[in-house]
Amino acid sequence: MLAYVIRRLLHAIPILVGVNLLTFTLFFVVNTPDDMARMQLGVKRVTPEAIEKWKAERGYDKPLLFNGNAEGAARLTRTIFFEKSAKLFVFDFGRADDGRDIGHEIRTRMGPSLAIALPTFLLGLFVTVSFALLLAFFRATYLDFWGVVLCVAMMSISSLFYIIGGQYLVSKVWHLVPISGYAGGLDAARFLLLPVLISVVAGIGSSTRWYRTIFLEEIGKDYVRTARAKGLAEAAVLFRHVLRNAMIPILTGVVVVIPLLFMGSLLVESFFGIPGLGSYTIDAINAQDFAVVRAMVFIGSVLYIVGLLLTDLSYTLVDPRVRLQ
Amino acid sequence: MRALSCPVPLLALAILLGGCGEVWNNPYPSQDGGGNILYSAFTERPKHLDPVQSYSEDEAEFNSQIYEPPLQYHYLKRPYELAPLTAEAVPRPRYEDAAEREVAADSPKAAFSVYEIRIRPGILYQPHPAFARDGEGRPRYQDISREELQGVHSLREFPHSGTRELTAEDYVYQIKRLAHPRLHSPVFGLMSEYIVGLKEFAGRLKQADAAQAAAGGHSAWLDLTQFPLDGAQAIDRYTYRIRIKGRYPQFAYWLAMNFFAPVPIEVDRFFAQPGMIEKNLTLDWYPVGTGPYMLTENNPNARMVLERNPNYRGEPYPAEGEPADAGAGLLADAGKRMPFVDKVVYSREREGIPYWNKFLQGYYDSSGISSDSFDQAVRLSVEGEAGVSPEMARKGIRLETSIGTATRYFAFNWLDPLVGGSQPDAAARERAKKLRQAISIALDWEEFISIFANGRGISAQGPIPPGIFGFKAGEAGINPVVYDWSNGAPRRKSIEVARRLLAEAGYPDGRDAASGLPLLLYLDTTDRGPGDKPRLDWYRKQFAKLSIQLEIRGTDYNRFQEKVRKGAAQMFAWGWNADYPDPENFLFLFHGPQSRARTQGENAANYANPEYDRLFHQVKHMENGPARQALIDRMMGILHEDAPWSFGFHPKDYGLLHGWVSNLKPNNMARNGLKYRRIDAALRERRRAEWNRPVLWPLGIVAVLLVASAAPAVWGWRQREQSRGCG
Repeated sequence: MLAYVIRRLLHAIPILVGVNLLTFTLFFVVNTPDDMARMQLGVKRVTPEAIEKWKAERGYDKPLLFNGNAEGAARLTRTIFFEKSAKLFVFDFGRADDGRDIGHEIRTRMGPSLAIALPTFLLGLFVTVSFALLLAFFRATYLDFWGVVLCVAMMSISSLFYIIGGQYLVSKVWHLVPISGYAGGLDAARFLLLPVLISVVAGIGSSTRWYRTIFLEEIGKDYVRTARAKGLAEAAVLFRHVLRNAMIPILTGVVVVIPLLFMGSLLVESFFGIPGLGSYTIDAINAQDFAVVRAMVFIGSVLYIVGLLLTDLSYTLVDPRVRLQ
Repeated sequence: MRALSCPVPLLALAILLGGCGEVWNNPYPSQDGGGNILYSAFTERPKHLDPVQSYSEDEAEFNSQIYEPPLQYHYLKRPYELAPLTAEAVPRPRYEDAAEREVAADSPKAAFSVYEIRIRPGILYQPHPAFARDGEGRPRYQDISREELQGVHSLREFPHSGTRELTAEDYVYQIKRLAHPRLHSPVFGLMSEYIVGLKEFAGRLKQADAAQAAAGGHSAWLDLTQFPLDGAQAIDRYTYRIRIKGRYPQFAYWLAMNFFAPVPIEVDRFFAQPGMIEKNLTLDWYPVGTGPYMLTENNPNARMVLERNPNYRGEPYPAEGEPADAGAGLLADAGKRMPFVDKVVYSREREGIPYWNKFLQGYYDSSGISSDSFDQAVRLSVEGEAGVSPEMARKGIRLETSIGTATRYFAFNWLDPLVGGSQPDAAARERAKKLRQAISIALDWEEFISIFANGRGISAQGPIPPGIFGFKAGEAGINPVVYDWSNGAPRRKSIEVARRLLAEAGYPDGRDAASGLPLLLYLDTTDRGPGDKPRLDWYRKQFAKLSIQLEIRGTDYNRFQEKVRKGAAQMFAWGWNADYPDPENFLFLFHGPQSRARTQGENAANYANPEYDRLFHQVKHMENGPARQALIDRMMGILHEDAPWSFGFHPKDYGLLHGWVSNLKPNNMARNGLKYRRIDAALRERRRAEWNRPVLWPLGIVAVLLVASAAPAVWGWRQREQSRGCG
């Protein structure tokens, strides 16, 4: 298994280079280093000399991908792409265009992102799996039918609607929790209740339908019939046998997102004023801060690769037949 | 019993929230309740708090409470008037000839303007570790090593702090910082044209910095006191002198901006120590000033907090204002020591909806009005007077309006062969002029203001907004090319006049008379989203009135700016906010040598008219008075005739205030208004409690619904289990 893990990690390197190249290309198709300088220096009274100086200080005065004026390997290494990318692989993210240390920002903002993402993930998983099992139990009944209708209706509604509607009802009309904001420690619970609740509710429709499909597929299999024939209670059949055998497809969707929980949620963080990594990314995109965008995309890629690897490893835990070679 | 377990989390929630006090949705810590605290919000995180770099209004909201340049704007008087802040008086320049001999103010030999500024003694800086001294009087934190900085992540972690008196040398030091090779002052280019020796000074600093870097001290402190600057010198402990090339009366306005606020050398040196930047300990993050407030929490991701500077001297509240100010209660605190509020908490609100709702709940003390909430907040009377809606009035919310010192305009690129004015052929120039005039009439800005700005603006007769010298109200001030004076108000000329001008321009019915082809014009804009469609349709409709086809080129802001920079945009809509309340700050937007395409200046339309430029040079150096007004009138006449812009409108600022806020008068120039503000914290506390009583019955309904929806499932489950058992 160790060899498998090492091989997968080595595969990650070209993937990360590719992702980095793609981010770089897409970013600089939309923004030029001059644009970035103007964004930082403002639009009023900015001289061409100031722009050149800003670019030179941050290494944006070099060619993007190929330096025709250099010799040998320097043709590739004395470029913005190489100089800005190489350090990422040792997780040195450098400084944002406003001078702040990106690593410090990420460490600071990871907490609030996790504070909202982790409970949402766990609670959401519990609620949707339970609801899906319930629908599977009552398959082909009115309860199942109306449950599915409810799920389709819920997944058809934009998450923005849940957020605005939730803030309106719970915070504005009923005055139960603050509309937005964040505080550290235990006080954070007051600010997290609503976004977590809304995130869970917003995810119920699609996730429940997905898990219900998985469970229904399992329920039709021979071993389930055998279990029932043995006289097992339906609850035991569902929770002891069906749920366990449905774990592989569930894990495929679930484990991969666990590392990504660190990245935060763009929309929820923005509306609820949570100072997490999602809002950090949005701010960086708005500020055309390539250093931060590049760092966040890189971390996202790394976490996704880690998530996929963890998914593979988790298969061995839930299904003894799976062997990683 | 199982069914009863459903409401348990809801009860837990109720208990948890019940611990938060009388109201549950208060986003602030309960211990702050009833405190003399002002609550506000910010949308964009500030990029720079170093006064040498900061130029945006968002940043000035913080910096102007902390830093004190020598001058400020009088809070209550209009038109805007400079007043001393740390200076003893508003300096009047004296003039010198090329041999540095004093000459009369109106002497043609005047080669230099000399400002001598005397600051008040006894002004102290806020507490800061850079001023801390040990028992022997030596700076405590001047030579700290990287190792000593380990574990330090903010200024609070330095146990000692100190202060010292403000001196003239601090102002000189900051002027030198404008030229610092490692800083990017947006006004360095402009100031190096005026402050004697600043450009050469920058060259010397650059050389010294390069030499230091070559010697291995790349980020080491650059001691600016080692480099003299002819244009800025301290005369004594409290007096400094600034020498300006030629005449530049507007320079006094710059002295009210934070670019000219003092920075103490100790602080600059403190932050330049090794390891500080790596810890994000910089002046750009931790401003240090003598103002009424100091920044005690800087977390621009969530909140920023200003607290009363314990060393602040206590400036008296102004005793004079406009005639109506006394009646409005704005002089009730005359002579009292400011600031009145102990603490200001700014929370980050990225979205408008939470911001607005929290304002309505009493958790923000003031708010702007977005288009979405305009109808809810404002009612217009039959006479067109704006007031708050009954809902707002019931809450005791007040509306404050003011006309901004800004102009929104629609520009014709002077370099464009069709709508511009640079054609070599006089007949072609005349045709293009008539085309611009026709379009200026057709663009119905009154309609635009009504539809897209909820009536918040007045149509512009020229670039200068009301409240700034040079603006003329009434019939004398209208743009006679576009408006007639009728029944005591300007009235846009009829579309027939525009069509006639268009025909005279060679485009009868919107077709080129020579070729018969329809006239096709291009508008470059950053509006391209679904929400922008009504505005773009409006532009099309205005041009369609003249049967002109309008093609809209939507693009992102970067490309838009690039096109304007290169002079490649034919027509575009843009705006200008005043730096200072002088007509020069608007008239220079048409100054030929400041063409955006040719010199990267602020003349975005690339307008050029030798007569206008000649007059501009005269007006620029004049004091306000009838002679200056006469020249401005001539310049307005040229602009009206040439029509390089369709003068759009001057936006009106609308702001809402809760009943517990007082001493707030909109001031578009002064950003240091927090010290004047007063709040009635007890009233706010009562209102919050009244407006935010938790509504509990929905929790009961939710619990009942959960039980009711779970019951059939439980019942069905049992039925199935029993039937299987029986089977």
